[in-house]
Amino acid sequence: MYDTGKILAFIGAFVVFVSTPFWSNFGKAAFEPHPKLPTQYKECVESKEFMRADHMKLLRLWRYDVVRKEQRIYVNSKGETYPISLQNECMRCHTSKKEFCDQCHNYVAAHPYCWNCHISPEERKGWASKESLKKVSTEEASSELPASHH
Amino acid sequence: MLEKALVGSKKYYLWLGFLGVLILVGFCCYIKQFFFGLGITGMSRSVSWGFYVAQFTYLVGIAASAVMVVLPYYLHNYKEFGKMTILGEFLAIAAVTMCILFILVDLGQVHRVMNVLLHPTPHSVMFYDMIVLSGYLMINIICGWSALHAEYKGSKPPAWVKPFVYLSIPWAFSIHTVTAFLYSGMPGRDFWLTAIMAPRFLASAFCAGPSLLLLLTFILKGFTRFDPGDKAIKTLAKIITYAFLANIFFFLCEVFTALYSHIPAHRYPLEYLFVGLHGHGKLVPWIWTSWICAAVAVVLLVPPKTRNNFGTLAVACILVILSTWIDKGMGLIVGGFVPDPLDHVMEYMPTLPEIGITIGVYAIGFLILSLLYKIAITVKEQRGLI
Amino acid sequence: MVIDTRICRQHPECNKCIEACDHEHNVPHIPDKKHEIKWIWKEEFENAFPDTAQEYSIEHLKGTEFLVLCNHCENPPCVRVCPTQATFKRPDGIVMMDMHRCIGCRFCMAACPFGARNFNWINPRAYIKDPNPEYPTRMRGVVEKCIFCNERIDQGKLPVCAEACPYGAIVVGDLADPNSKINQILRENFTIRRKTHLGTGPSVFYIV
Repeated sequence: MYDTGKILAFIGAFVVFVSTPFWSNFGKAAFEPHPKLPTQYKECVESKEFMRADHMKLLRLWRYDVVRKEQRIYVNSKGETYPISLQNECMRCHTSKKEFCDQCHNYVAAHPYCWNCHISPEERKGWASKESLKKVSTEEASSELPASHH
Repeated sequence: MLEKALVGSKKYYLWLGFLGVLILVGFCCYIKQFFFGLGITGMSRSVSWGFYVAQFTYLVGIAASAVMVVLPYYLHNYKEFGKMTILGEFLAIAAVTMCILFILVDLGQVHRVMNVLLHPTPHSVMFYDMIVLSGYLMINIICGWSALHAEYKGSKPPAWVKPFVYLSIPWAFSIHTVTAFLYSGMPGRDFWLTAIMAPRFLASAFCAGPSLLLLLTFILKGFTRFDPGDKAIKTLAKIITYAFLANIFFFLCEVFTALYSHIPAHRYPLEYLFVGLHGHGKLVPWIWTSWICAAVAVVLLVPPKTRNNFGTLAVACILVILSTWIDKGMGLIVGGFVPDPLDHVMEYMPTLPEIGITIGVYAIGFLILSLLYKIAITVKEQRGLI
Repeated sequence: MVIDTRICRQHPECNKCIEACDHEHNVPHIPDKKHEIKWIWKEEFENAFPDTAQEYSIEHLKGTEFLVLCNHCENPPCVRVCPTQATFKRPDGIVMMDMHRCIGCRFCMAACPFGARNFNWINPRAYIKDPNPEYPTRMRGVVEKCIFCNERIDQGKLPVCAEACPYGAIVVGDLADPNSKINQILRENFTIRRKTHLGTGPSVFYIV
């Protein structure tokens, strides 16, 4: 075998390099996500445990039912019915994407792109305030609006 | 065998470095497109396919043309093509790879491409195109690699490869037929709605592909000891000539039907390409360039004297490639979108980033080709086969 | 759907249906013609009906603007070519788009003989001035078109364009039901459809 020393040194350096996140965080308290739950509602469409584990599956099913099956009503395990809509129904109670969805999604580095199309509550407010602004402001200001969104 | 690609002359490394730079440029343009959207291209609501799809269509033809050396060698035992087959198969590998990349850069939501497999749709021609293209890539990797490996080991290719070799022949025809069906089955696109679309595609493929193969052979002859033999080159030149004449004949058939029937929808795209329509004629100089190239190429290819002179033959090959590239790429794809279904004319020209991405994809293809050819030539040199 | 263009002709300045649709579905207004998104819009007679229009047309048809939109064909070529079934025909005949599934290959745009389909060449959100917070937008890289307000149809409501028309020029109904009002109108009036010779079976009829 050639260059044993060099190879071993490189392997050692590599192991140290890839494990830096462990060393740098060693002994520190782990970050915990705290999604903010709605205060005025106690029950979600399904149990808390189910939603926590399988909300993405439920949303996928909803998406399929609404878009492809003309099925716009969800019947939950208790037999209660809910209109199916992420934008208008889920976010009716969960009034903040930032304080609810993003909490865990950021923690686990999940990046669902629901909000590229669906309008989040934050954006709803943002757009609305811009609209009210527009009504008061002059023509010039409103012409700048398109590029300024986001 | 792969290690043969790693060791080479200074020129070889320089060439690879040059391709690397082009790939980097293309990649940077693609990053821009990825985050901004396909709006950075010249495509529009009316001309919704452009340069990328044009290259895709052209390169499917290049890939299919490998059959023009494989078929005479394996079916007719035409020994002269023995040294060329591997070059044809490796060219097919590079070309299909480029095809796939051109489709990927053309998609609006590239990360969803697997939806084509998740929701297989047998009534879409695209579904079959995906099957035949990926199948053709696999077949050529199997056939090319095992043949070369046998040479490397000094043995014969294993028997199980034979069926794949025979399968590759109809498969080559199928890839370009299915690609033609992408276009020729759509109502309301009269320029494409023609039963000879597939024959036309095959004819243009069987002249353009072997032309590229011949040019590559000349380059290899110049830089290495590789020489397929004058007879092989002359035979391939004949194939190019016949296919090119067939291609022109098919096109003239189209022109006759469109102009003599005088049906507006059939006439308009041709008018747009050759003389301009409603005052729009950005493609007119391109199309005339294509047909002037074609005319000169015919003059050089038909007389045996110029066809058998490798100097003029090389010029003819370049002209054939140029002519078919413009005609089948920009002409056919963009022409099919003009005028649009609402009878408006919106013109198309590729933008700089679009061209950058295109060059990047070509550079990836030529990188694959260079590495594969390097391996093939080195193996052949070391075994004393050339 | 039946569009009574006799009524539309009396109100050439009226854009109520277009405005209502654009607002309802967050259709962006992109100034660059190359990147335009249109669900329902106006085209001159000669452009909407290139096969029917001719030099000797009745005076009042020349250059008149006609409403055009997705024809929700009975035999839609866009559905035939879509490699992922992102566009599909619902049992009730609406040609629907699943924006979650579209890969943006634009095969459907090449296949549609009516120019009804739009690709989001750029992010559309910046061009939506007056959004409807109840309805999603689209993102760049997907194809969109009129989806016949299927979300309203499912709730028993009329498409928003028909509802917005102050003159009742747009009538929507069930073609499969021989007793529906729409079939009665079709029996009593001479109507034309766009490019019927292509055999796609457009479901939008025009009274001229």
